[in-house]
Amino acid sequence: MAILTVREALQQALHEAMQDERVFIIGEDIGHYGSTYGVTAGFLEKYGPERIRDAPIAEAGILGLATGAAMAGMRPIAEIMSVNFSLLAFDIIINHAAKIYSMFGGKFSVPLVMRTTNGWTQLSATHSQSFDAMFAYIPGLKVVAPATPADMKGMFRAAMADPDPVIFIEHTLMYGIKGEVPDGDYVVPIGKSVLAREGRHITVVTYSRMVHLSLQAAELLAQEGIEVEVVDLRTLRPLDMSIALESFKKTNHAVVVTEDWQSYGTSAEIATRLYEAGFDYLDAPIQRVNFREVPMPYAKNLEMQVVVTTERIVAAIKKVLNRS
Amino acid sequence: MQKQRGSTKAVTSATQSVRSSMTSTPFTRALEHLGADQLVEYYRQMMLIRRFEEKCQEMYTRSKIGGFLHLYVGEEATGVGAISNLQPQDHVFTHYRDHGHAIARGLDINPLMAELFGKDTGCSRGMGGSMHFADITKNFWGGYAIVGSHLLLADGVALQCQMQKTNGVVMVFFGDGATNGGEFYESLNFAQLWKLPVVFVCENNLFAMGTPLEVHSSVTEIHRKANAFDMKSMRIDGNDLLGVREQVGEAVAYARSGKGPVLVEAMTYRFRGHSAQDTQKYRTKEDVEKHRSADPLEAYRKLLVEEEICPASRLDAIDVQIDAEVDASVEFADNSPVPGNEWLTDAGIYAAPLETLTVDPTLV
Repeated sequence: MAILTVREALQQALHEAMQDERVFIIGEDIGHYGSTYGVTAGFLEKYGPERIRDAPIAEAGILGLATGAAMAGMRPIAEIMSVNFSLLAFDIIINHAAKIYSMFGGKFSVPLVMRTTNGWTQLSATHSQSFDAMFAYIPGLKVVAPATPADMKGMFRAAMADPDPVIFIEHTLMYGIKGEVPDGDYVVPIGKSVLAREGRHITVVTYSRMVHLSLQAAELLAQEGIEVEVVDLRTLRPLDMSIALESFKKTNHAVVVTEDWQSYGTSAEIATRLYEAGFDYLDAPIQRVNFREVPMPYAKNLEMQVVVTTERIVAAIKKVLNRS
Repeated sequence: MQKQRGSTKAVTSATQSVRSSMTSTPFTRALEHLGADQLVEYYRQMMLIRRFEEKCQEMYTRSKIGGFLHLYVGEEATGVGAISNLQPQDHVFTHYRDHGHAIARGLDINPLMAELFGKDTGCSRGMGGSMHFADITKNFWGGYAIVGSHLLLADGVALQCQMQKTNGVVMVFFGDGATNGGEFYESLNFAQLWKLPVVFVCENNLFAMGTPLEVHSSVTEIHRKANAFDMKSMRIDGNDLLGVREQVGEAVAYARSGKGPVLVEAMTYRFRGHSAQDTQKYRTKEDVEKHRSADPLEAYRKLLVEEEICPASRLDAIDVQIDAEVDASVEFADNSPVPGNEWLTDAGIYAAPLETLTVDPTLV
């Protein structure tokens, strides 16, 4: 067990993946530039340009070539620098990668992993979005968004072993987060949620970077005697609600925290699942904490009002529990 | 036996005429390299496509086939001629007008007709329909119904050929209408940049669905679009089977040698509408008749007979045999079971379904 950052855990996972000769990485500025967020730094030198393929700025092409290569037996890792750019590849992802297995009668599949990042830091409207719900909406995709260094490593391993297309969502504000990571062969299965913190008064259902903010909120509230249980979904499709529902049946209160817009977003699906399966256990309306529904402003004072903060999570929890 | 002897005799006499003549043409060269039987086989493939498509139209009218139906009638020489250059390790990608390419690549017509009928015995288990024929055992990766984007998938398979040194070439078909979207340009750039073994075959039938070439493209000589990428390209007569075979053969050899991709623009024409429901307001009956009078299939049949490669009686016998095969494919499709409801579960969507997948609202 080592203490690693998210970035280091991913690097370890990628190095392990590269042991398979069928694996190559294709993306923008992953090689000569040295990697935008440092994850593939040094890979070009170690594995060479044949397997670390600096691509033109052509996202449909990156995903299209990766999809074709995957169909033919390669194990490509396609990196889309920022999830905002993935919109240019949505035709390939949705019309092809997600459909090919069933549309051609299950005769071949697309073992593709697409790595990409959510995130914001005064990057304004087109560089600060989340499309988690848009990916998770698509039957045929598997969508994961781990929160911890250990899960990053373990779920990346699972994604690489999976015969279906996996969207692997990272976060630019998480690469420096540290945590314990098991050494060697470590797999965290896709489609299994996990309890991130035990508590008995209220359930927070969340994933990715919001797990960390929710844990901070839980820490603050513990000082006031409020015990918050935090559930990390880890995977958005297939969505495993079993642990969240178990928790909800115990606490009878829930807040859903997701870093995307509220209307039609991931929190809408998660809250609906809680209502559908947990209605009899409901003591108060579920609250959701999300981005404010505007294109992200550049100005710092405005941006900080759009994003989810620990304070907003604390306030939502208190509202559900009717505490001031 | 009588016919067989007659055919052999014809080959001998035609070979002699090749020798005596100083003129070398795609026909004389094909005869020399392939022999008469192979030339007759190309006729059989073109006629099989023609009759299969005509039967499809009939079955569509009788509501045995649903959805869209895009027929390849009139374009047979391009598909058969181009694909005749491929080896088993090579790959084919195509668009939604995919029946002809599937047959030219040697897919059995029974599973094709069954696919159109939405049956479990279909080549795509009844999940894809007319626009999504595939057979991985023949490296026939499918028809794709989103215009232009399959070119990128073809690049990806070519990348696999290159990285794993399979000596394979990828041939990808698309129409003139596919050459205006961004994915076309991305695919050409990637292919030329990385010297991928791809032969891009543009079937220029003069219309993007119902929009004429000069209305949809700033450059109407599609092959010139390759110039932006320093890519080798050619424009050929897509209605001359043996010419297609020879020129695309050069493109395939070039791609296989590792020199990079080639863009082939094959000039052709579809006799039927864009789909079975097309009223064809965008072209005149005279135009269609003009092209029909130069039917590539009829022209090729005439060539075989006049050059004494094969007597008309033997070609007639082939036609009768094909009719029987096509009728049998309808019977096969009719008698096949429909796909099961497992396709409506996650087991039908994922190669590795997970137990925690989507909640079925009808079960809650």
